[in-house]
Amino acid sequence: MLDPTPGRVPLLRAAAVSKSFPGTKALDGVDFTLRAGEVHALLGENGAGKSTLVKCLTGAYRRDGGEIQLDGVSIDPRDTLDAQRLGIGTVYQEVNLLTNLTVAENLFLGHQPTWLGLVSTRRMNRQARALTAQYGLDIDVTRSLGSYSVAIQQIVAIARAVRLSGKVLILDEPTASLDAHEVDVLFDAISGLKERGLGIVFISHFLDQVFRITDRITVLRNGKLVGTEDTVSLDRLRLVNMMLGRELAEETRRTGKSGMRYDAEPRLRFSGFGRRGRIAPFDLAIQRGEVVGMAGLLGSGRTETAEVLFGVYPHDSGTAAKEGRALSLGSTRAAVAAGFGFLPEDRKTDGIIGELSIRENIALALQARIGWARPLSAKRQRAMADDFIRRLDIRTSDAEKPVGQLSGGNQQKVMLARWLATNPEFLILDEPTRGIDVGAHAEIIRLIEELCEGGMSLLVISSELEELVVYSHRVIVVRDRAHVAELVGEDITTTRIVNAIAGTPDSAEAAA
Amino acid sequence: MNARTLPLVATVLIFIVAYALCYLQFPAILSTRVVGNLLTDNAFLGIVAVGMTFVIISGGIDLSVGSVIAFSGVFIAVLLRDTGLGPWPIFALLLIITTLFGAAMGATIHFLQMPPFIVTLAGMFLARGMAYVLSIDSVPISDDTISALQRIYWLLPGKGRLTLVGGLMLIVVLVGIVVAHRTRFGTNIYALGGGAQTARLMGVPVARTTIQVYALSGFLAGLSGIVFAIYTSAGYSLATVGVELDAIAAVVIGGTLLTGGSGFVAGTLIGVLIMGLIQTYITFDGSLSSWWTKIAIGMLLLGFIVLQKALVWAGGRRAEAASGKG
Repeated sequence: MLDPTPGRVPLLRAAAVSKSFPGTKALDGVDFTLRAGEVHALLGENGAGKSTLVKCLTGAYRRDGGEIQLDGVSIDPRDTLDAQRLGIGTVYQEVNLLTNLTVAENLFLGHQPTWLGLVSTRRMNRQARALTAQYGLDIDVTRSLGSYSVAIQQIVAIARAVRLSGKVLILDEPTASLDAHEVDVLFDAISGLKERGLGIVFISHFLDQVFRITDRITVLRNGKLVGTEDTVSLDRLRLVNMMLGRELAEETRRTGKSGMRYDAEPRLRFSGFGRRGRIAPFDLAIQRGEVVGMAGLLGSGRTETAEVLFGVYPHDSGTAAKEGRALSLGSTRAAVAAGFGFLPEDRKTDGIIGELSIRENIALALQARIGWARPLSAKRQRAMADDFIRRLDIRTSDAEKPVGQLSGGNQQKVMLARWLATNPEFLILDEPTRGIDVGAHAEIIRLIEELCEGGMSLLVISSELEELVVYSHRVIVVRDRAHVAELVGEDITTTRIVNAIAGTPDSAEAAA
Repeated sequence: MNARTLPLVATVLIFIVAYALCYLQFPAILSTRVVGNLLTDNAFLGIVAVGMTFVIISGGIDLSVGSVIAFSGVFIAVLLRDTGLGPWPIFALLLIITTLFGAAMGATIHFLQMPPFIVTLAGMFLARGMAYVLSIDSVPISDDTISALQRIYWLLPGKGRLTLVGGLMLIVVLVGIVVAHRTRFGTNIYALGGGAQTARLMGVPVARTTIQVYALSGFLAGLSGIVFAIYTSAGYSLATVGVELDAIAAVVIGGTLLTGGSGFVAGTLIGVLIMGLIQTYITFDGSLSSWWTKIAIGMLLLGFIVLQKALVWAGGRRAEAASGKG
């Protein structure tokens, strides 16, 4: 495996790396090279395999197949500490440092300078000041790390990782919780490290930042390598297409759904609705029986929109009205009382209560709506559960089975049944078809259409653009935490959605 | 104000104010004699509370220490009575046993992933049971060396006496301060309390540190048992019931967060002294029931827990303000 150009042995080289989990192939023969002195973006949607690749590189996972070389030498890190000793350091979005210790202690934990077995605090603090100064930080290193902003904690984490590893630095979503100025400070630090010859892997869903700081981009999709390109040779549109896996030529037209009749007064109208730091204020009106699709990349503000609408994070601007009358929202309780339902993306952590039975899970939202003072009788719960098991075709032996024992698709149907039991007027579905098998996938799409024919209003968030095209009357595109485009009727095509996501005008469509 | 040191400052202030109030009513309370007695009477509690401080900073709890003290007393008394061993080899043997006992609890907590509360609760019953096995009755200690140890003191100005056990407690506190702040082991304990998962990712030897911290607590409980045996000249299996709770109270009043990761050994000493001071005041007064000690300590504890919650809350708000600018 000799590199043909001498002196250009890549700093880090992963060849045909594979990793499987029960039921899925998370990484399938992925190649990745990192040169010294470059910032290399690793991009992909949820489940693309980028975090699995990073975990294989840092020893958090043991790979099933393939080879990883550092400086031309084959390595097989046992754990993250082993990888760190070899020279690969990682900094995560949630800073993995101890906020109760001082900055200096965090930098030197496990490597404190000692004298006669005692930690030489003064020497440690002096060295810590010198180290943080290299990154342009002028802070009191004897104060606890928790008293500083996330940006400073992030740079301290980078300083520690570089000090301990020194060859490869992996930054996993480092800017997710930083503001614009803090991003500048962080990028200055990254540029400094680049000049020192480190290889930096940069994972982010902020494409602007990717174009600004990186030299090369590698895109993964469904555990496979899509390609590695020089950043200067890529434009946004091609990058988004690589990430979402759409070819410009292939295009799905909407299939025979008749246009929506737009009443003067929609069922729900949100004006200037938003929350600082989550989603910019937006206007949204939804008719009776309308399906509004929502498209955008991971982290663009799709889920944030849903959470602000449902009151998970109360809105701090704007107003809402239902059939012309002002509606007071601001908590999930108020949303449920107004007839809203929300099926979150991560049903494991956000919705399902695995230990409770199907019957109890289904009864939960309805019980909350009618109040705890009037308990639903076991008989009525039972009848309701049996009804939904039949209607939604939930595959289970009986209604008393704990939900945790069902498959992903069936758990999704139980969650859906829970909201349908409350007979909501407005239902928000966040990635309803993620992680479920093809059969259940089709059933959920059929159900969405059935519900809207029954007069329910739906907001459906999905990464599956073809799916959105099939059932949406309108598609809203979000980018960088703001609603940027709205496509109606004949305009709803995958190509137009991709263009809007990438932020390029429709000229590309004409070219295709 | 630094949020980390605020509980400690509050504790010191409360101690000074309480002492000043007592002084106004009973000027004699400031004499070195009373101070000397305060240290002697609370020596065993102070020593065991230092161990408890480390355990709580690491994010754990050790409920076994009261029983270990009782076991130590009975162990010393019975061995002195029934074997030809002198006190020094018995002390050494006892410290080895209690240290290994603590280490075994630490290993159980770490390797079986069991809550410290349950493991040390089991240790509490086990140690108390072992004391009963050795002797059900109170066993008097009549040994020349121990009587001699009892009589050692340094005369303080004003005729106060700093006894051997009181001095030993102060030494334990000083060593504890050095271990907490000037050794890698000490920093590792704070790291563990800050978040075991993160600490492990940062390379802290979590297994070793957990075992060492409970071993240290076991060792200090044994040492406290020796001090208690010297102080009372007897070993009794029913003694020191609930001392683990007194120690926890002293640690919390001393400004250590029950959630772990933050605290001071010096604060624990002040916590012990505050509790001793309340007891002394009640003795001086003469008409108050000694249960007032418990009531006062209960109120103090409640106050400190509320203070800690307020600090954690304020810290969380500040962190949110610092990161929520975007």
